[in-house]
Amino acid sequence: MLYREAGQFKVSYQEDQQIFPIRQDRVGFIAILGFFFLVLPFLASEYWLQAILIPVLIFSLAAIGLNILTGYAGQLSLGSAAFMAVGAFGAYNFMLRVDGMPFLVALAIGGLCAALVGVAFGLPSLRIKGFYLAVATLAAQFFIVWALVKFPWFSNNSSSGVISAQQIEILGFAFDTPVSKYLLTLGIVAVLALAAKNLVRSTTGRSWMAVRDMDVAAEVIGIRPMFAKLSAFAVSSFYCGVAGALYAYAYLGTVEPEGFNLDLSFKILFMIIIGGVGSIMGSFLGAAFIVLLPIFLNVAMHSLFAGSMPAGLGSNLELIIFGGLIIFFLIVEPHGLARLWQIGKEKLRLWPFPH
Amino acid sequence: MMMNDLIQVAPVAQPPVAERRIGDVILDLQGISLSFGGVKALTNISFDVREHEIRSIIGPNGAGKSSMLNVINGVYHPQEGRIMFRGELRQKMEPHVAAAQGIARTFQNIALFKGMSVLDNIMTGRNLKMKCNLFQHALYWGRARQEEIEHRLKVEEVIDFLEIQGIRKTPVGRLPYGLQKRVELGRALAAEPSLLLLDEPMAGMNVEEKQDMCRFILDVNDQFGTTIVLIEHDMGVVMDISDRVVVLDYGKKIGDGAPDEVKNNPEVIAAYLGTSH
Repeated sequence: MLYREAGQFKVSYQEDQQIFPIRQDRVGFIAILGFFFLVLPFLASEYWLQAILIPVLIFSLAAIGLNILTGYAGQLSLGSAAFMAVGAFGAYNFMLRVDGMPFLVALAIGGLCAALVGVAFGLPSLRIKGFYLAVATLAAQFFIVWALVKFPWFSNNSSSGVISAQQIEILGFAFDTPVSKYLLTLGIVAVLALAAKNLVRSTTGRSWMAVRDMDVAAEVIGIRPMFAKLSAFAVSSFYCGVAGALYAYAYLGTVEPEGFNLDLSFKILFMIIIGGVGSIMGSFLGAAFIVLLPIFLNVAMHSLFAGSMPAGLGSNLELIIFGGLIIFFLIVEPHGLARLWQIGKEKLRLWPFPH
Repeated sequence: MMMNDLIQVAPVAQPPVAERRIGDVILDLQGISLSFGGVKALTNISFDVREHEIRSIIGPNGAGKSSMLNVINGVYHPQEGRIMFRGELRQKMEPHVAAAQGIARTFQNIALFKGMSVLDNIMTGRNLKMKCNLFQHALYWGRARQEEIEHRLKVEEVIDFLEIQGIRKTPVGRLPYGLQKRVELGRALAAEPSLLLLDEPMAGMNVEEKQDMCRFILDVNDQFGTTIVLIEHDMGVVMDISDRVVVLDYGKKIGDGAPDEVKNNPEVIAAYLGTSH
């Protein structure tokens, strides 16, 4: 009853083309944003901020990156973690080797390094599609991690290949507490998510989706498939790269190339599949689902069966339930949580009347 | 700008051309041969298309009609022959170059972008005319937003023209077949082509839908002066609306001329009905 656009007339195309054309959505979104920016930092404990909220945000950003490539441009990729690694090591090396390098600039350069590498590994997409392309990006995954281990220059000749991210400092302000790191991450993710949403609702996004849905027709209407695919790889890798740099700087502090392994790539892929392929919001939902559910299960198991079950059995049971829930969600709604949300909103418009 | 103004302005965006003048040759195909390995799809075909005319290509299944369209807009590259478009000899080119020169088309099997709304599908037709780059799109501010609104205006004109206002936000996958065909025509029209290639626009439609489609084709030709090359199996439609007809059979041209000439051409009759032995 409350959620209805009745009486909201749009009198210009600008109003019709807003991200949230319905007023209730706009108000709700601003409220959520305000909650995350202004309320949560005071409510959440350091553990919540550092171990849960920051990684959820960072994975959301990586998932947005993969969603641009796979969900919008239709190019299947298994190299997201590798592009994250390029971003992390790129930002690290620029911070290390350039005196007085501002953090945000290093972050952007890290993203640009990843974009370049992404375009290079995106070249096969001009010839191959689908699962075969996935195998080609798998090569990126193994090659990049191998190269970062093989050439110690990347990790500043550290014997173990581990890098310790420098202190984040912007205009003299040190981001050393979980709250400040959380706010920084949230700010960057919010800005980049907005940019991604803008991209996918403009000509760039339409040409990506056109190439995804019907490449011959796209070319006949004047879209250059090469440009569309490579720009998708570039933008996607940029997002993954920035996410990787944040992963190193705001979340872990110390990372090794092996941390960006195939498991992480799969994890990001699962996030977009569960969250919703081809949806910016789905990237957030998927990341939250994959990060939060195991923690939730863990807490639930401990409070339910504390002490009454062997530890090994408990943790295995958690994994089983986790997998089972993923399958359940995919059967109930193959298009992911974002679609579930969409359907919920459509139902809400009619509520409480069935028609 | 107010929505009300737009709706009033749209239908009379371009004044109807009172008399359809058939102009000079804009597309001239000479000795086109196309083969895939050993299969000869087209053999030594020559014909021309004049400005503002409706030129039909007919022929039995597998005659090479769709291949002909694919040659015209650069999807296939003929091994032999030359193509003159607007007085220029055309080199081997990619489809998006042909699109930039003002050639748009629809497909025999609907080739819409299934995951996108009707509005977005038709907006892709404006793609070539939009000049903002990726970074401006990411900001979606100032120039980029202005451009989006300007082109939305043109797209709304197309939507009004095709009478599909009610479905503009619907994903095309959910639409019935006849409407999908109409949206596909809309996407081609949004590019404001000078040459429009239609590959069986009426296949699988009922009489009413066919009549609508005929009306749209004639109106496009009449109001916008668009030259149309049409492939169609419905002979009633072809003979009614075409200015000239070219007949293909087994990749060879067997007839060319005004509908009445073609209708009485013994070779054409033989191709369609068979000969008595």
